[in-house]
Amino acid sequence: MNGAQDLGGAHGFGPVAPEPDEPVFHAAWERRVFALAMAMGYTGAWNLDGSRANRESLPPAEYLGSSYYEIWLRALEKQVAGTGLATPSEIATGRSAEPAKPVARVLAREGLEALFRAGFPSSRAADAPARFAVGDRIVARNIHPTGHTRLPRYVRGKRGRIVRTDGVYVFPDTNAYRTGENPTWLYTVAFTAQELWGESGDPGGVVTVAAFEPYLDPA
Amino acid sequence: MGHDHAHDAHHHHGSEISPVEARVRALESLLAEKGYVDPAALDALVELYETKVGPHAGARVVARAWTDPAYRARLLSDATPAIAELDIGGRGGEHMVVVENTPETHNLVVCTLCSCYPWPVLGLPPVWYKAPPYRARAVIDPRGVLAEFGVTLPETTRITVWDSTAETRYMVLPMRPAETAGFSEEALAALVTRDAMIGTGLPRGIPATPAEMPV
Repeated sequence: MNGAQDLGGAHGFGPVAPEPDEPVFHAAWERRVFALAMAMGYTGAWNLDGSRANRESLPPAEYLGSSYYEIWLRALEKQVAGTGLATPSEIATGRSAEPAKPVARVLAREGLEALFRAGFPSSRAADAPARFAVGDRIVARNIHPTGHTRLPRYVRGKRGRIVRTDGVYVFPDTNAYRTGENPTWLYTVAFTAQELWGESGDPGGVVTVAAFEPYLDPA
Repeated sequence: MGHDHAHDAHHHHGSEISPVEARVRALESLLAEKGYVDPAALDALVELYETKVGPHAGARVVARAWTDPAYRARLLSDATPAIAELDIGGRGGEHMVVVENTPETHNLVVCTLCSCYPWPVLGLPPVWYKAPPYRARAVIDPRGVLAEFGVTLPETTRITVWDSTAETRYMVLPMRPAETAGFSEEALAALVTRDAMIGTGLPRGIPATPAEMPV
């Protein structure tokens, strides 16, 4: 969606503010939000793409006015209510008033480190040949889905070149809504900075995005 | 670290708990009461990502690549198994790509759409990486962003920006600083900063601006 999350190329946010010796978390509640988001994702009630879709569908003023873990918290509350795992009034009071819904699994302390050090790959077996090859010239489609997508606005309609075939991965645009993993070819696509930004583009500069096959047309 | 909420509550007056803290506590106690989360598992997750997973892992990968040409070749051609050779991997780094800085090309990693970042090698991302100024400007004004980090590249060095728009995650292999011949892998790893592996910095020992370069 053309939401507040799609920030590439935006002006007006000011300079980057690196923080020397930055801690991993800035408050105790951030630790808990991080862990809650991981653990609730593990239940299978939703997936990573669904979490991203929820975060970016916050109203733009709310998204831009919230810190990173505030965005996670707001999206998590929406997901818990939206999947019926708890009611809004239970979330407001912090007390359970309805029976729990079944979940596929609950993250346990035992084995957790091995599980997270193994990871959760989103690559899948190919069931169709790749449409594009390295070196192919492409144009990113000028599409504006109202739902989740991973094609940033700043490359839409722009011409680039395939620089790597990355393999086949879960397709976020459908997986976010649990309408299917739809394993899809993924490519690394390079655009010149001047194709993207005109005369203001850094001379000789290149920007790459990882783009799913349905985002691209031959050029 | 323990997280006994009832215990905490007894030691704080309501006015000392911010609205967001109260909201998070309510959510955690609800989800735990429902049986969806185990607070002990939450503690373990926090401990893992706060104390164990971090940029020291990526620094080991870089130091190995600087000292072992065959490893460097494997890392650049298929990064995930090469990184796994050092027992490093996991969530947020299932599909790694390592990009190499050279005198001709400098690489910079961003996620304009959210906060994708190679957790197993760099840990959780810093706030600036997740915040709008960096996400907005890294793709349109990379030299300006680098200047804010104190890095000025020669005009002849081209910049490639890697926008992490899928589950592939990028780590930069910086150039090895001069005059480090004979350094052990451990000594080399100590030169590798987190920012050098994002591309917003250079390893310790590489001049950050041309003016600092020896003539």
